[in-house]
Amino acid sequence: MLKNAGSYFLLLALVFLAASCFKKYKGRISIDGSSSVYPLTEAVAEEFRKTNPDIKVMVGVSGTGGGFKKFLRGEIDIANASRPISKKELEESRKKNIGFIEIPVSYDGMAIVVSLKNTFVDYITVAELKKIWSPESQGKINSWQQVRSSWPDLPLNLYGAGTSSGTYDYCTLAINGKAKASRGDYTASEDDNVLVQGVSSDANSLGYFGLVYYIENRDKLKLVPVKSSDTSEAVLPDNATVQFGKYQPLTRPEFIYVNTSAAKLPHVQQFIKFYMEKAEALAKEIGYIPLPPEVYQLSYDRFKNGRAGTLFEKRSIVGVQLKETLTENQ
Amino acid sequence: MRIQNKSLHRKEKAIEWLLSGSSLVSVLTTLGIIIVLAVDSFQFFTEVSIIDFFTDKEWTPLFENKHFGILPLLSGTLLITFIACAVAIPLGITIAVYLSEYASKKFTAIVKPVLEVLASIPTVIYGFFALQYVTPLLQKLIPGLAGFNALSPGIVMGIMIMPYITSLSEDALRSVPNSLREASYGMGANRFQTAFKVMVPAASSGIIVSVILAISRALGETMIVAIAAGQEPKLTFNPLESVETITTYIIQVSMGDVPQDSLEYRTIFAAGLVLFLFTFILNNISYWVIRKYRQQYE
Repeated sequence: MLKNAGSYFLLLALVFLAASCFKKYKGRISIDGSSSVYPLTEAVAEEFRKTNPDIKVMVGVSGTGGGFKKFLRGEIDIANASRPISKKELEESRKKNIGFIEIPVSYDGMAIVVSLKNTFVDYITVAELKKIWSPESQGKINSWQQVRSSWPDLPLNLYGAGTSSGTYDYCTLAINGKAKASRGDYTASEDDNVLVQGVSSDANSLGYFGLVYYIENRDKLKLVPVKSSDTSEAVLPDNATVQFGKYQPLTRPEFIYVNTSAAKLPHVQQFIKFYMEKAEALAKEIGYIPLPPEVYQLSYDRFKNGRAGTLFEKRSIVGVQLKETLTENQ
Repeated sequence: MRIQNKSLHRKEKAIEWLLSGSSLVSVLTTLGIIIVLAVDSFQFFTEVSIIDFFTDKEWTPLFENKHFGILPLLSGTLLITFIACAVAIPLGITIAVYLSEYASKKFTAIVKPVLEVLASIPTVIYGFFALQYVTPLLQKLIPGLAGFNALSPGIVMGIMIMPYITSLSEDALRSVPNSLREASYGMGANRFQTAFKVMVPAASSGIIVSVILAISRALGETMIVAIAAGQEPKLTFNPLESVETITTYIIQVSMGDVPQDSLEYRTIFAAGLVLFLFTFILNNISYWVIRKYRQQYE
């Protein structure tokens, strides 16, 4: 009897499984790319699935570079990216005739942090950061005093993003002026928790990583305000300064790239509209820094007008004011 | 009857094949590993000069300013191994002597398995023990000690490899013929003299082998150093600084998204080959020690 009941349920389960396999979706959207944009896109997709159960949205993670590779093979509709499309990728998209619409979705700030035991660092300038991190400093700048003469002659122990992370690409570009140009003699890790551990337990440390990780560990680290030039005022990264572009040059926007032929499909349009409406609230909910509301509106207008291409082919991503740039390029 | 014999013979043959097949698996795996290491390292050395590899004092293959000097990784590996041995060898041998010469049989029967439990703790747990417990403790004693340093994982690794030394050395001490011990007592030697002047030298081949095994274990140890030693390749023998070992570097590259079939990727094979050569030489020494000194007292 029991056995019979068991097999009956099994059969029932199989029927349901089969039914769900053959479920007719009105549309499918496949998304892939950066791990740092993933949480936001996935949060949007989750909400979207609730209201539109007949549209299937799949979000994967394969890194910004990996996402663009799939995007340029035409395998996915939307690519998540924590940096603008590169020159090489842009050339390939032209060769393969794959168009895209670029939409900024959130901000990420890079936190410069030192140990809580550090008493002398009150602020740091971008020039000083460059002095610390440039490739020429490798093996030469080893003491705090070499960075600023009023600082004590203590060893300078560095912690920073690993070479395969988008944070590394962006910070090297913003500080040293060239992506991937950095000294190599520091503790480099893709795992931000390793960096948090290293900086917090070393009195002579200085490190950088995404602001989210500082916020999660604010009781263990000291955040350093950054001066973009000697005369400007020192800015601490927080929601307001990052969102309104005051924390420069260490604020980077994150993007999604939509394939232009996919953008013509009604269910994709529906998803993008939903994304732009919900991004601000959802970004805050998951601890991200949203763009100013007008920027979402401007981005959506650009999408509706079908404005393809990137704004960053000639313009540097570092220090960009999205609102002005988008208004000029409607 | 004959048919039965034939089938028995066939069964016998099949089992024989199965057994030799299993042993071949391990031999072929070893060969395969050596070939893979050698091929990729060879390609690496066509692009990077072997002289630079062993003389350059910086190791930054993933960065703009590329240097391929293995010395910083090697110094990190050897430094931590040295600290581990400085902890494990004296402690391990002392415990082994105590257990075989002083302690009662009952005490040994309890303590030895407990010691061996140390060897069965997963190394990742040792790693967190070093990072979360030993390092903060050491920071209280040595102000200015960095959060990642060579000392703490070295000490913890010493504790980890100690059971290998204790267990094997104790076996070696026990296998020394009792006549030697009795002769020593007969000559009027006390317990201490008997233990360290007669028994330890008599068991020296076994003790040396146990030490060599522990060293090669320490050289290849990965998790403890990856967690607690840091990831900064630095040519230093200062145990208070953070270092990167060969094994940590290999993990770092294989976890990141360095494109395969690139020079950066092949660095891990060259680094791996250096590590392999070290452990290979050590294993050969221990093999040689065993063969040369084993049956001296029988």
